[in-house]
Amino acid sequence: MSFLTLTHLEKTFGQNRVVKDFTLDIEKGEFISLLGPSGCGKTTVLRMVAGFEQPTAGDITIDGKDVTGLAANSRNIGMMFQAYALFPNMTVADNVAFGLKVKGAPRAEREARVAEMLALIGLSDLGGRYPFQLSGGQQQRVALARALAPRPSVLLLDEPLSALDAKVRVSLRNQIRQIQQDLGITTIFVTHDQEEAMSISDRIVVMNGGVAEQVGAPFEIYNRPRTKFVANFVGTLNTFEVEVADPASGRVTLAGQSLTLPDAPLAARAGETLSVALRPEALRLGRQPDAESLLTAQVTDVHFMGSVIRLKADLAGAAVSLDTFNRPDTPPPVVGSAVEVSLSGRDFILLKA
Amino acid sequence: MTRLFAWGALLTGIVFFLLPLYGMTEFSLRMRRGVYSLDAYRAVLVDPQFQATFGYSVVMALFTIAFGILLVVPTAYWVRLKMPELRPVVEFITLLPLVIPAIVIVFGYIRLYNTSSWLPLTGSAMGTNILLMFGYATLALPYMYRAVDTGLRTIDVGTLTEAAQSLGAGWGTILSRIILPNVLGAVLSGAFLTFAIVIGEFTMAALLNRPAFGPYMQILGANRAYEPSALAVIAFAITWACMGLIQLVTRFSKHERAKA
Repeated sequence: MSFLTLTHLEKTFGQNRVVKDFTLDIEKGEFISLLGPSGCGKTTVLRMVAGFEQPTAGDITIDGKDVTGLAANSRNIGMMFQAYALFPNMTVADNVAFGLKVKGAPRAEREARVAEMLALIGLSDLGGRYPFQLSGGQQQRVALARALAPRPSVLLLDEPLSALDAKVRVSLRNQIRQIQQDLGITTIFVTHDQEEAMSISDRIVVMNGGVAEQVGAPFEIYNRPRTKFVANFVGTLNTFEVEVADPASGRVTLAGQSLTLPDAPLAARAGETLSVALRPEALRLGRQPDAESLLTAQVTDVHFMGSVIRLKADLAGAAVSLDTFNRPDTPPPVVGSAVEVSLSGRDFILLKA
Repeated sequence: MTRLFAWGALLTGIVFFLLPLYGMTEFSLRMRRGVYSLDAYRAVLVDPQFQATFGYSVVMALFTIAFGILLVVPTAYWVRLKMPELRPVVEFITLLPLVIPAIVIVFGYIRLYNTSSWLPLTGSAMGTNILLMFGYATLALPYMYRAVDTGLRTIDVGTLTEAAQSLGAGWGTILSRIILPNVLGAVLSGAFLTFAIVIGEFTMAALLNRPAFGPYMQILGANRAYEPSALAVIAFAITWACMGLIQLVTRFSKHERAKA
């Protein structure tokens, strides 16, 4: 049996159904990300797990115990907030000790645990400082230590990295993942940043309109999106219309070139058009020996992003993005030039509405 | 020209406010004929009536402050957290003591809580003291509520509450260990304003016949020459000391500085 189960969760605010029939099983020690745009219901799901919102319908169990009707302060969960939420009147050490104090832990135990937690986040020498004397990244690390100090059964992270600058965000997310793996704590992470979700999650739940559109490992979500929404929301996508030549073998034609799609047999008849998509990295500049097809594209824009160069081009009647690695000895194509682009049918993603 | 007008306005203000104060202070020092002395102050301070009434008003002020904190902090917190749509209504209610004269309030109290009512508070000295304390709390409500509400506005009440709940804290712990310490500066501002109001209040104490400082000042003013001026200076100093304390509390509170 799963450690944390959400069964047919529903949440309605007035006439607005924010979460619809949401079911999810999470294993012990798993790191799950709820990913989706603003208003998709991901934070509401998290808040229902935390006990801050009461589900309109459905059940939540933690370690086999039904906690659906339990108050937030009786659920033994740890939570990190976007706005840090450190208690401004307390020092760092007092903040970390707060949960233990509330539980009535003896002073010696509290002090030992605070020292352990501060060492874990690398802020052992800042225990006497007040939150306002810390940087945003340090405050959020203290918030992590505070959440973990009372040994919660589940850790909930409500967009904890959103308020931080890019560099701190990357280092803190790696630290969170490291600590989560070391402690083996079951974690739910809410974010709208797909790169963040893909880099640290065991599984991602992509949400849209209160519904879990797809649940899967980051590799699966990115490379095999089940719906158009998932494909568009996670990563950049180039879409094409292809004509079905042979549904049984998955053969289609694009700009007169024959390609074989991976999901044969196709649910379409010969002569029909299908919507398919390709990730920018699946379009490769130049003639590639392993590619199925070679097309000519007109470069319309060039974005130099350091290690990667993203080109915008017109290809087979579609505006596409394609990525190529930077090479110091090869300057990028100029705008207006014609380039050869290699592609293969096996990289195509068949889009469902 | 504008600069000249500004200086003129400032000077007029100073003359308007400081001249009477100077006149009163100067008069209070002239009790001994021909020289300045503190005789009037000495006479006031050694008067057992002064000590008794001032002591009574200080105790009443402390009880009023305690009651005000217990009433206003949870109310303002709950309105901000759970019922923000009711804020205008609560604000309106807290403003009522400013537009309803104290004499109307106290007559209402006497009518409701007289000896033949279902709760005869005026039947005993203790009961009347409690009634007077409620009256003082009502008069101080607009100031106390606004001070606390402003304090609550400077912190993220919702997130701090949820953070504390996720760590296992109940409502009592959240209010006493998280909310109150974080609005302490604002609460103390309200407390000092309450103190100043209670020390100088006359109508309620006089009509409820309690030995408070306000009626004592009035009796002294009607019967003596120099002592009332000395008393007024003392009362003025107490009020200004309260204002100074508000400033000090705000300035020296570490985490309050962080919010600024």
